[in-house]
Amino acid sequence: MLLVPCPNCGPRNATDLRHVGESTSRPDPTVATPAEWRDYLYMRNNVADWNTETWYCTRGCRKFFKLERNTATNEFRNPPMPGSKVGGVA
Amino acid sequence: MAFFSLNGSKSRGQKRGTSYSAGGLLAKGLKGEDWPRVWRDVPLKSSYDVVIIGGGVHGLATAYYLATNHGITNVAVLDKAYLGSGGSGRNTAIVRSNYLTPEGVAFYDRSLSLYNTMTEDLNINVMFSERGHLTLAHSDSALRTMHWRAEVNKLQDIDSSVIDPQQVKEIVPSLNISPGAHHPIVGALYHPPGGIIRHDAVVWGYARGADQRGVEMHQKTEVLDILCEGGEGPDGKGAGGKVTGVRTNKGDISAPIVVNCTAGWASLISDMAGVKLPITTQPLQAAVTEPVKVFLPAVVVSGSLHVYVSQTDRGELVFGAAVDPFTNYNVRGSLEFTEGLAGHILELMPGVSKMRLLRQWAGLCDMTPDYSPVMGATPVEGFMVDVGWGTYGFKAGPVSGEQMAEAIATQQTPKLIEAFKLSRFEAGTLVGEKGAAAVGH
Repeated sequence: MLLVPCPNCGPRNATDLRHVGESTSRPDPTVATPAEWRDYLYMRNNVADWNTETWYCTRGCRKFFKLERNTATNEFRNPPMPGSKVGGVA
Repeated sequence: MAFFSLNGSKSRGQKRGTSYSAGGLLAKGLKGEDWPRVWRDVPLKSSYDVVIIGGGVHGLATAYYLATNHGITNVAVLDKAYLGSGGSGRNTAIVRSNYLTPEGVAFYDRSLSLYNTMTEDLNINVMFSERGHLTLAHSDSALRTMHWRAEVNKLQDIDSSVIDPQQVKEIVPSLNISPGAHHPIVGALYHPPGGIIRHDAVVWGYARGADQRGVEMHQKTEVLDILCEGGEGPDGKGAGGKVTGVRTNKGDISAPIVVNCTAGWASLISDMAGVKLPITTQPLQAAVTEPVKVFLPAVVVSGSLHVYVSQTDRGELVFGAAVDPFTNYNVRGSLEFTEGLAGHILELMPGVSKMRLLRQWAGLCDMTPDYSPVMGATPVEGFMVDVGWGTYGFKAGPVSGEQMAEAIATQQTPKLIEAFKLSRFEAGTLVGEKGAAAVGH
């Protein structure tokens, strides 16, 4: 069981949410090179350490938000304040 | 290539060491002697022609075929734990070749044919049981995918066909084919050449074969860094550079070719050379029950229910599932997995409701966006990868070793793995292997 600190619903089991993945920033499609676009679409740091990720609260508030999680230990840190505007779909 | 110490033999390298026979077993038993160590434990040298990171089936097969097919024997295989401690010993040992893309079918079929002759080739009993492989369909759309796969398979002479629920019941009588089931079985893709194999024996066979031909295996030897020069990134790493060696917990090694054959750690190892990969790491959990009398004659897979099951010769049911729903490097089991697994298995085979689980475990899967591996050269000269093995690494072990060895020896990409090159992500030529076990239908 993984308790995910949803900023709106409080701690909920990971089965109530969808892990969207490592947060990435979208380059401007009008000027991005194929290599930059590839990096945005597919390349991931995939660290075994603290990482910033996007989650979607499927069965609760149905909001997207970013969380910091350690992918080696599954701990969360610095959960966002309730109701704070966070992240888009990565 | 000048830096390889070719020993002249193109087909078979030097063989030495123990061979096993019934007579030898009897003699040893009568004399009460210990068996000698199967592979040598030698000190790490300061330089090799090829360094392979990862002592699993992929790394060992690559070393074995380098020595056997190409006569390149100045090779070290490094593993931070023991041989076969990763995915090679954690998979559910299923082999098959009924994939969906022509590239995938040709590739996995070559692997299956190498598995077929492995017991003789490596002189070790890998216990290959060609028992047939059933992929169940629970909906019209799933059945349509099965027909599609069957036609792709038939075009490449793979024994693969769609059968109806009654035929499914004849092959596996314990399956519930009632149309009233929550997920009724409406048909299945039947692949008679599929089966299960003893994965430890495959690892040991390749390790012993490679050792006999002069390859060195170094266990408990962790790669801490990959040494590069001339690259655009810090410390000469990254595109445009070339590999000069690796730094391990037992000292530095210089090598013109370093191959990343790891699973689970593929991103982290490639990062040491400044090469970014399109990979996310997710654990996949598996479980095994107490042993019972043999009743399950084939491998049964349900993509919709995310479960696959086979029965070992000892009588245990071995279950696998989909990868965990979020990326992480933690191999702890979860109750959600066991609960989901039990529910899905009972849906298929209500008769096993009283069976008890013996244990569960997890292995790390390096998932790529198109469910296909990443093989061959990278933007760093001399740094090669055989990674991104998702949920299909074990069954591809022999062919990956064979093809990677050819890629290393010739420094050209063999045709069979051309489709799996890293540059496909930039070119937009993804493979889209929807016949992979992780894909639900």
